[in-house]
Amino acid sequence: MIEVVSADRCVQCDVCIKVCPTDVFDRGPDGLPAIARQGDCQTCFMCEAHCPTDALYVAPFSGPAPAGSPHTDEAALAGAFGEYRRIVGWGRGRTPGSRADRNHIFTERLRTAPRNP
Amino acid sequence: MIELDADVLVLGGGPAGAWAALAAAGAGARVVLADKGYCGTSGPTASGGNNLWYVPPDAGARERAVAERFEQSARLADRRWMSRVVDETYRRVDDLAAFGYPFAIDDDGVERRGSLQGPEYMKRMRRRVHRSGVTILDHHPALRLLADDAGTASGASGIARQKGGEAWTVHAGAVVLATGGCAFLSGAFGTNVDTGDGHLMAAELGADLSGMEFSAAYALSPAHGAHTKGLMMQFATYYTAGGERIDVPDPLGARLQVAELLAAGRKVFARLDRAPAELHQAMRDAQPNYFLPLDKAGIDPFRDRYEVRMVLEGTVRGTGGLRVTGDDCATAVPGLYAAGDVATRELVSGAVSGGGAYNGAWAISSGTWAGRGAALFGKGRRRPRARAAGSAGLGPGRLDAAAVVRAVQAEMLPLDRNLFRTRAGLRASLASLDVLWERITSEGLAGTGRERLRARSAAAMAAHARWCYRAALAREESRGLHRLEDLPALPRFEHRLVTGGLDDPWTAAEPREAAA
Ligand SMILES: Cc1cc2nc3c(=O)[nH]c(=O)nc-3n(C[C@H](O)[C@H](O)[C@H](O)COP(=O)(O)OP(=O)(O)OC[C@H]3O[C@@H](n4cnc5c(N)ncnc54)[C@H](O)[C@@H]3O)c2cc1C
Ligand code: SF4
Ligand code: SF4
Repeated sequence: MIEVVSADRCVQCDVCIKVCPTDVFDRGPDGLPAIARQGDCQTCFMCEAHCPTDALYVAPFSGPAPAGSPHTDEAALAGAFGEYRRIVGWGRGRTPGSRADRNHIFTERLRTAPRNP
Repeated sequence: MIELDADVLVLGGGPAGAWAALAAAGAGARVVLADKGYCGTSGPTASGGNNLWYVPPDAGARERAVAERFEQSARLADRRWMSRVVDETYRRVDDLAAFGYPFAIDDDGVERRGSLQGPEYMKRMRRRVHRSGVTILDHHPALRLLADDAGTASGASGIARQKGGEAWTVHAGAVVLATGGCAFLSGAFGTNVDTGDGHLMAAELGADLSGMEFSAAYALSPAHGAHTKGLMMQFATYYTAGGERIDVPDPLGARLQVAELLAAGRKVFARLDRAPAELHQAMRDAQPNYFLPLDKAGIDPFRDRYEVRMVLEGTVRGTGGLRVTGDDCATAVPGLYAAGDVATRELVSGAVSGGGAYNGAWAISSGTWAGRGAALFGKGRRRPRARAAGSAGLGPGRLDAAAVVRAVQAEMLPLDRNLFRTRAGLRASLASLDVLWERITSEGLAGTGRERLRARSAAAMAAHARWCYRAALAREESRGLHRLEDLPALPRFEHRLVTGGLDDPWTAAEPREAAA
């Protein structure tokens, strides 16, 4: 689930509020996106991919991270922000991740694998 | 109150809705597309990506592909529709290349077009839809369809959930439903927007459904999340909690055996230790969103054993949905078209799940046909007085939507109820679900403003569950996704089953000649 919005990195562009398919964020009084409905988060990482400044961290769990977990600690997470955006290959100077797609190897392998009845 | 007018209204902006909007706009229609979430990120294609049923135009290869897949469909697919899907998908993927989708080039310098990475694919589809002059309404879930005096679909109304739940209405000459399947809020990767809203809205106008018994699609996920990407499990070995290897005769058919253990309450662990080291990077590049949640959790799937669970995907990767009555994906309701997962996929995948191939292809092709069909029907059609239809979960009432969702999930999520079906179990579930439905309609569901969506979606899931299990009871055999006790597949059931109705659900065999 979404766990951290970094106030330091966020430029208040509202993109995450717009793109979250389950409408998890509200615009807070300070202009920062607030995680208003964490329970609706489906851990799809879409906000992480779309945030232009790597200000979001989505933890890998389908429930909330326990209190005190490193997954809620901005300092401990430093390098982990925006990981999905890097993989998808969005942002200046990056190559779209789809160029490296190798699914054909694995679908082909499945199709031709010998199967026991 | 937001009011708009269009020739074609598309509900849902996943791949099926996006292709429908493009086709309708291409046919000269004025188009509005309304999505519950955001067109470009919403739905499992956007988050998960699609491997496609993609066969180049070589007559022999296509014939073989269709013949092979027809047998795999447990003989409920339709060869003519299968050929249409192969052909349409191929041509639309050409369009996608022309839109600039950055396909991969393989080691032989050949562009590989059979796989679409979700975020990239749907971002480009959105851009294209926008450039075609379509009005996109994000975070505008539809709650009801409008019908004119003759019962023809004439638009929809709903709420703008990021505008305080303000009401909206779009009057339209025709409507394309592309609201996805229903995964019962199981959390499976990207599916929580798919609560069967479209099926309910269509049934309220009298549409029927087909293949709802083929709804027991479950997929394996690491236990800490719900990332049900299955392709890499071809390299998995499974282990017990004690670290003992679970002997599976056929690693590719291991799912069922793992499901049996999980249903019996045992813990199961996986490790991708059959993957040759030289493929590790290619695996990551192919399915980055399988590895990302593992990496984030500090698990090295090639080295560590990680616990797995099975997550329901219902009619998303399952097959049932609205019955289509013609090549243009018309439904039984005039002016109403169905595309993608909201429509039955039996014509292509028969009794089996189409995930990993047909589903994405079906979304592309059925979307294109439905969009074109709706444009032909809706352009310039005069619309005598249209009224909103449907009421379940919409009147103000006492029931708590979250409690209704939990009650539906209690019948639909457990493996020993939905995957390993028994007649006694199905009957017990239906008894509870029928009482629940009666309470929904008599007591109403609580929720005002933006919360009306939760109420309506809860009602939609209850309706969906009842169709799934009614159809399951009517198919007294096992076939494809539907497993009933230890019954074998029977020749006398080699036909589709049609379902419908809300207060009095019914099922019937589809007569052969009526098959679309
Ligand atoms: C994990 C996973 C992996 C998959 N992998 C593959 C694969 O490799 N190959 C393959 O072929 N298929 C795959 N599938 C299946 C495939 O993703 C779906 O079949 C496909 O997304 C269906 O497209 P759709 O447009 O019909 O529905 P969706 O993509 O579900 O889109 C439905 C849209 O409708 C919107 N909506 C819902 N209700 C309303 C409402 N009331 N009003 C307005 N809008 C609404 C939603 O917000 C959403 O945007 C996979 C599925 C999953 C879950
Ligand atoms: S992970 Fe997905 S559902 Fe969760 S906040 Fe981000 S975009 Fe929304
Ligand atoms: S997308 Fe990123 S930068 Fe924009 S508001 Fe959200 S967190 Fe801030």
